[in-house]
Amino acid sequence: MIPAAFDYVAPTTVDEAVRALAAGGEDAKVMAGGQSLIPVLRMRLAAPTLVVDVSGLTELSGVHDDGDSLRIGAMTTHYEVQRDPVVREHARLLCLATDTVADPQVRHRGTFGGSLAHADPAGDLLAPALALDAVMVCVGPSGTREIPAAEFFVDYFTTALAPDELLTHVKVPKLTGWGAHYEKFNRVAQAWSIVAVAAALRVSDGRIAEARVGLTNMGPTPVRARGVEEALVGQPATAEAITTAANRAAEGADPPSDGNADAEYRAHLARVLTERAVTAAVST
Amino acid sequence: MRITVSVDGVDYSDEVEPRTLLVHYLRERLGKTGTVVGCDTSNCGACTVHLDGHSVKSCAVLAVQANGREVTTVEGLARDGRLHPVQEAFHQNHALQCGFCTPGMIMQAIDLLADNPDPDEDQVRHGLEGNLCRCTGYQNIVNAVRDAARRMSPGAGPDAERVDEAALVDRTPMRTGGGE
Repeated sequence: MIPAAFDYVAPTTVDEAVRALAAGGEDAKVMAGGQSLIPVLRMRLAAPTLVVDVSGLTELSGVHDDGDSLRIGAMTTHYEVQRDPVVREHARLLCLATDTVADPQVRHRGTFGGSLAHADPAGDLLAPALALDAVMVCVGPSGTREIPAAEFFVDYFTTALAPDELLTHVKVPKLTGWGAHYEKFNRVAQAWSIVAVAAALRVSDGRIAEARVGLTNMGPTPVRARGVEEALVGQPATAEAITTAANRAAEGADPPSDGNADAEYRAHLARVLTERAVTAAVST
Repeated sequence: MRITVSVDGVDYSDEVEPRTLLVHYLRERLGKTGTVVGCDTSNCGACTVHLDGHSVKSCAVLAVQANGREVTTVEGLARDGRLHPVQEAFHQNHALQCGFCTPGMIMQAIDLLADNPDPDEDQVRHGLEGNLCRCTGYQNIVNAVRDAARRMSPGAGPDAERVDEAALVDRTPMRTGGGE
């Protein structure tokens, strides 16, 4: 199908983009890589009057080392994140999750920030961002504000971003030397996660010193598996301890039921995939 | 909105609506019907072209986003009447049944080989995961891509040199987003 007609602007600075969004009102829509939005436009599930294409904002592209944390430009493509040596060294969980996003063509255009702002609960970068305590840097008419990942994802496809705000950067605290793994369960290539588990762990002297576990598609927003984290910390990195902790994966989650899986099966998947993810993360 | 875009080495300047998809611009305005539309969901990859040297699904790119950029379609691969080595390998390995997915498969295979010149079977299958063959003729497609890798390997003869100049652009990650 062909999208409904819309006006199009491609600002070259963040200031221009923010002004364009403000002028466009509630029917303006930000487009980053467009890999979710263009199909939605084509199917006419959305019909914005104005599309503000921010993919050309080079100031929002690339990864910067800020010492204790990384600053990833929202327009950094998945392809760039996958290959970025700084991300691979200090936030490897993001690389591993990005490897599973869609397919190579989509990864060439789709962006890190676009995926987070789209907030599809089955998207693969939300749970890692939550598990890594990422902070979203947003710019609007009244200036810049920072929103922790735990407050950024509000509901299905809904974030704390105001309509006239733009996600510009994501701060990701470094977890250098941690083990990491992203375990994704889907049925066919290039499909969304039915459930996936993001795990990052620091092992010291054979014991799990710190643990971060995030769940994809176990609710309207990404879920932090706090019960698993608590159960892992201080334990020896053994199969038995991991299995015991993984059994708490679905605690507090509100998984959806749909054609791929009902809620009970998703809870089962969360436990099994958590065991696999943590086991793999320990051995990396 | 006026755009200027290079397609298969030729510069075009056209007035397009912002909602025009790149694939529709290529097919309906430029007559580049070698690039096909296979689905309406961005799943199938049949419309894959290269935008500034990287594969994209041209049904998920607006024509205005190609403004000032270079597009390569399957029609731009052959040189002086000779097929590109990947095209030749698809031909020799019978890597098509109905042929509808072939343009996208070839364009994505070239992208894959630029990133990984010697992929094993698993890497080929993953590299082509965004391209569907509804005839399910994947086996010979995988064979063809691995054959093409051999044809294009260093020392493989004139074909390898030709690919260097024709298709294998600098693989430094670059932005492929749109804008004016």
